[in-house]
Amino acid sequence: MNYVSLDVSQLALAASLILINGAISWAFALGLERTLLVNAVRMTVQLTLIGFVLKWIFAQTSPLWTLGLALIMMIVAGYEIVSRLSRRPRGFEAYLLGSGTLLIVGTLATVFTVAGLIGPEPWYAPRYVLPILGMVLGNAMTGIALTTSTLLESAVRDRTAIEARLALGHDRFTAFSETLRLSLKTGLMPIVNAMAASGIVALPGMMTGQILAGLDPIEATKYQIMIMFVIAGATALGVVIAGYASVLLITDARHRLRLDRLHAATKT
Amino acid sequence: MLRVEKLKIAGLPPLTFEVADAESMGIEGPSGSGKTRLARALADLEPADGHIFVNGAERQEIHPTQWRRMVRYLSAEPGWWTDTPREAFPADERSATARERLLAALGLAPELLDKPVSVLSTGERQRLALIRALIDAPPVLILDEPTSALDTRSTALVEELLRYRLLSGCTIVLISHDRSQIDRLCDLRLQLAPTGSIKPDGQVVR
Repeated sequence: MNYVSLDVSQLALAASLILINGAISWAFALGLERTLLVNAVRMTVQLTLIGFVLKWIFAQTSPLWTLGLALIMMIVAGYEIVSRLSRRPRGFEAYLLGSGTLLIVGTLATVFTVAGLIGPEPWYAPRYVLPILGMVLGNAMTGIALTTSTLLESAVRDRTAIEARLALGHDRFTAFSETLRLSLKTGLMPIVNAMAASGIVALPGMMTGQILAGLDPIEATKYQIMIMFVIAGATALGVVIAGYASVLLITDARHRLRLDRLHAATKT
Repeated sequence: MLRVEKLKIAGLPPLTFEVADAESMGIEGPSGSGKTRLARALADLEPADGHIFVNGAERQEIHPTQWRRMVRYLSAEPGWWTDTPREAFPADERSATARERLLAALGLAPELLDKPVSVLSTGERQRLALIRALIDAPPVLILDEPTSALDTRSTALVEELLRYRLLSGCTIVLISHDRSQIDRLCDLRLQLAPTGSIKPDGQVVR
């Protein structure tokens, strides 16, 4: 494999491009200079840190350290889901919904892909497990956040229709069937669309990375096709779990709609 | 028979009352006095401490979906989840027969069933929702302003239908702003006073 290593001066040159953003913000009085600076520094520090963390963990090849980082990734992604909801449920159950769903689909999809499909030696090799988990989480997270968000929004908007069904003796999942359908569809749209666009509109990140690292494009494509199917499957499973869990979250054991469990609308 | 023991609704004293079979109770009170909250609690659509019995069975002993088939709540503004009313009705033959009979009793054309819900008038939607609530003949009816959007003639038809249900043994709890409607239909009345009032409220008068 042949690839060109970057040194610090090259990075510094690239960083100077942020000045363009700064100039635009200043010229149009966007007031983003400070945020830009802070976030650019944040991005650099975070990526540098994760670089060192990964380097260290790859060197250990310990299932325990791999699992540790995997858990942290799933918990953080769970928080990210909740932070994307415009109507947030009270209490910790929403975090449980986010992280719990990701724990199930992240584990299933990653173990299946690494141990079942790729089969590196050892099967828990962090160099395979962590990037694949990362890709699964990133996509499943988007789907889950969309589904949950849509379901909670619709529950508020279609409250009279849902309660009319409950009053007629429908159970909570039947009363939510229309709402669930809409929410599941919304959550699946991004991955469905991504499959259509990939290769024409956008070269997916993983494939691009492997090509830059010197891998044969055909080999990179095989990996990308595999990962697209894994992501699609994981997202579908995650969206269904999150959809049903969201219904449980805003109803109670007596099959009552409990919108009092939601905070008022915050940011959209 | 509907029996309520020490039912606690926020802002009201614990309520205890009994409405026998073939009997009806009117709930009166200004807006915000808790009429709708009480009605929803009876159908177990809203949490409330206390006991509610229907024919001797307590609410907690019965699965909520079964409870709401016995204690049918009809909201003042019932929602629809389908494009046309027909899809919201059960499709079996017995229900269809009951539906046609109820449509006729309320003077509604059967063609309304296939119109989009969004183009129906408020009064048409209200009567169709009443039919939807009556179709499986629940023993206890909790009706929240069932004639609020209706003209005199349609109101009379609805009252006639409810009287017929009472004769067949149904128990009815009726919320109405129209005092004369409660006079015409109800054997008992429950007066709810506004929250914070010193007037004793929650009294049932025969």
